[in-house]
Formats: sequence, C-alpha cells, structure tokens
Amino acid sequence: MSLTAAVFVALVLVASALGFTAARRNGGDLRALDEWALGGRRFGTLLSWFLLGGDLYTAYTFVALPALVYGVGALGFFAVPYATIAYPIVFLLLARFWSVAHERGYMTAGDFVRGRYGSRSLEIAIAATGVLAALPYIALQIVGMKAVLAQLGGIFSFGGGAMPLAIAFALLAAYTYIGGLRAPATIAVFKDILIYITIAAAVVIIPHALGGWKSIFAAAGNALASPTHPLPLLVAPQMQFAYATLALGSAFSLFLYPHAITSLLSARSADVVRRNAALLPLYSILLGVIALLGFAALAAGIHAPPNEIVPILFARYFPPWFAGLADATIVIGALVPASIMALGAANLFLRNVVAPLSGRAPSREAGTTKWLTLAFCALSLVLVLSVNVKFAIYFQLLGGAWVLQTAPAIFFGLGGRSLPARALLAGWFAGMLAATSFALMDGFAPNVALHVGSFTLIGFIAIYAVAINLGVALLAALLLRDRTPQREIA
Amino acid sequence: MARRAWYWLLALPFIALLDVPIYNRIDPRWDGIPFFYWYQLAWVVLTAALLGIVYLATRERAR
Repeated sequence: MSLTAAVFVALVLVASALGFTAARRNGGDLRALDEWALGGRRFGTLLSWFLLGGDLYTAYTFVALPALVYGVGALGFFAVPYATIAYPIVFLLLARFWSVAHERGYMTAGDFVRGRYGSRSLEIAIAATGVLAALPYIALQIVGMKAVLAQLGGIFSFGGGAMPLAIAFALLAAYTYIGGLRAPATIAVFKDILIYITIAAAVVIIPHALGGWKSIFAAAGNALASPTHPLPLLVAPQMQFAYATLALGSAFSLFLYPHAITSLLSARSADVVRRNAALLPLYSILLGVIALLGFAALAAGIHAPPNEIVPILFARYFPPWFAGLADATIVIGALVPASIMALGAANLFLRNVVAPLSGRAPSREAGTTKWLTLAFCALSLVLVLSVNVKFAIYFQLLGGAWVLQTAPAIFFGLGGRSLPARALLAGWFAGMLAATSFALMDGFAPNVALHVGSFTLIGFIAIYAVAINLGVALLAALLLRDRTPQREIA
Repeated sequence: MARRAWYWLLALPFIALLDVPIYNRIDPRWDGIPFFYWYQLAWVVLTAALLGIVYLATRERAR
C-alpha cells in the first residue's frame, strides 16, 4: 500500500472510531427519539457550528463546485453569494423556526406544518418532498467519495470502487444506528479540522506552484474562452439573472432540507442559532477558495472528468502523505452529511408520512427510525452503484427545485397570519408540477429561458416554480375566502 | 434604536450580491484576482460582520 493510501485508511478509521464512541459520551438515553435524532437538543455554539458546517459544506460541494467552475467558469461561482445570503435568512427566519419548534416539541418541518395548519395532507406533502430531495443528496456524497477512490486507484477503485464504498457505508450506517446525531456531530469536529488544514495548504501550495493567481486567471480565461462566451471569467450578460436567481433560490432552500433542519433543531437555544448565522460564513470563504481550484486545474492543464480534478490536484502538488490526508478529508466530509441526511430523512418519513397515513401518533422511541436510517443508507448506495452518476446529479438538482416549493408553507407559517392549508397545498402542487416540467422540458438544465414577447429572461427553474406556487396559493386563498365564512387561521 | 430597525442592515448583502451587473467586471484586480471574485468574497466577510453587529444590538437580556 502506498503512503498516500496508508494515511488515507488510517484517518478514515480514526473518524469511524470517533463515531462509534460518540454514543458513550454526554449521557442521555439513546432509546428516546429526541436523544437519538437531535442529540437531546443540547448542542452549544461550537458543536452546532461544526455540525452545521459538516452538514452544509459537504464532500460533494468540495468536488462538484470546482468541477463546475472548471467546466463553465464564472457562473459556477454562484455558490459563494448563495452561501452568503443564506445566513441572514437563518438569522431572521430559522432562529424563529427554532423557537416555535422548541416550544411545541416539533422535530421536523412536517411536525411544524401539522401543528401550525392542522392539515395532515399538507404535512404529508411537505414531508414527502423533503424525503425525495434528501435521497439524491445522499447519493451525491457517494459520488464525491467515488472520485477520491478512483484517484487512489489499486484496490480502492476495484469494481468501480463498489467494495470500498460498501465498507464505508456499512461503517457509516453502523455508527449512526448506535449513536444517532451524536456520531456525525463528533466526527464533524475532526473532519472540519482536516478541511481547514487541507484548504490552508491548498491555497498556499497550489497557486505558488502555478505562478500566482494572476497567471492562473489568465491561463484559465484562455482555456475556457469560446466564440459564444469570449469572457469566461465573467458572467455572460444574458446569464446575470440566472446567476442571481440560482443564488437566491439555493439560499432559501438550503435550510428546508431535512438534514439542515435536524442540525438546526439540535441547537441548545435560538441564540445559538443566531450566533451560528454570524459564524458559519467562515466556511463560505473556504467554499470560494475551493471553487477557485477549478481555475487552478485549468491553469495546470488537467484534462479529466470534472469530478476528479480536485483529487488530481492534491496528488500532483501535495507530498504523498498529505495527499492521503486531503483525500481522507473528502471521504470523511461525505460520511458526516450522509449520516445526518439519512437520519433526518428517516425521521421525517416515519413521523410525517407513515404515521399520518396509518393514523397513529408518531413514536417517542427511536427504534423504527434507527432501522429506517439503515434502509436509506442502503438505498442511496444502490442508487449510486446502479444508476448513472449524471442521473443522480439531475435528480439532486430537481430535488433542490422541489424542496423550495415547501418554503411558502414554512416561512409564512412563522408569522402571525398565514394562508389556509388548502391554498398552500394547491400552490405546492402547482410548484412541484412546474419544477418537474421545466426540468424535463429542458433536459434537466438548472436554468430555463422565459420568453415574454421579444424579451427573454434566463433564470433558475426553482425560482420560476416557486413564483407559480405563490401565485396559485394566493389565488386559491382569495377563492376560499369568498366561499367559506371568514376564519382566522391561528 | 428599535430592534426592528437593526434588521434592515441585513438587506444589504441581498442588494450587494443579487444585483450582478454592479460587480460583473474584471478591474480593479486585487493581487491578480478579478473584481468579480474578490468583491463576492469580501461580502462573505462583510455579511458575517453585519450579522455579528445585528446579533449584539438585538440580543435580549444580557447585561
């Protein structure tokens, strides 16, 4: 085994060991769902910061973002404004969501909708959307791991990397089953330290080796320039609206994903959430630096599948032992969010889809949720090993557009007055239909051109779909008001 | 100042980052990095600072 591979294996094992011992720390009865799935809602500012950071800035981010910049140039940088404006939204809206959820004992977005609107159909709609959006997200974490394994080669890429992936996922499923949210929270601390070390090294070593940022940008600009897009270091004028709507739509949907809500609700107080809104942008700086590695790969003249450029950069410019550390960072960076995603989706599915359909009250015990978490891990692994990676990426993009359709019910529900449940349900249905048809119509491109007379506006499909969603919901609310006697929705 | 008034500070990142034409340019560069990139990275830091200010100004109880 090479030095790179040895360091890689050792660090992944350390992370797994941390996951397995997490259950024993901090006390708490892990048979209770609150303890298992939300860590007893006791996480302070620092642990929440690591957990949310580990949850939102995932392996897929670290692989796909440079890949996007490598492929399309400036447009791929939209992740930076997205990961910036998300935090005022957390500060203003999600801290309030935390308070309501804490007061009423809600564990999921579905619980919130049931409590707020008293509508089980709206609850099922919102919860099913979250579960559907989470599955391809877990699958993409595995795509990130695959890219690293391919670069490591040898036994690691044997059979398309199926064997090592299955082992990594068995470890992940086991420690999540045992420790619940405490397992990824503990590993997240280790993972984030590795990430900061790796990125700090990358930002010093790689630009230095390539003659500084000035020559990286010059070389990348030349490599990407084409007759249709002569200035690839900037956003083409007709794509500026798409850039802004991609950032805005992604920012609003970020915290509607089940895994984000799970991490959010494990915070000790609303104050912890607000403080984190101010501290989490630190990761967004890393995100920007990582995105720029896409240009570094162009300047280095790397020709490879876009998803593999980051591991290739590591292998080319880092000493072997450090490349092993950097590769382990990406794989551990996949295991942490995948664990939270499987856990959040399982909890949401059982409480807000299965329980209302079977007419039973959701359980206070963790038993069934633990088993379903294992099932979701297995399902995502099968998804990645059996279907095309491109399909997983398309599905994830569509999932992002879908999850934004739950925004009206949740964000309006935070205020004193909201729309009636039936109006929100009609809007949700219209939005889901619109998002799906936009995606199918345009071969799963994230943006769609809207033609109004001779005027064309290219924008993010999620934003167009949510506009339709809001329009239908408001119209339905007006119609319902005329038909039913005036009733205050409290 | 009333608590609500402070919240308006948080509108600034939205304006600064969603109005793409204001920063979609190469010059002035900073250490070789085009304006488009360092402007957006600078707003990450500014947004964190604004959130910190609003947090301290609107914090309940404390002191």
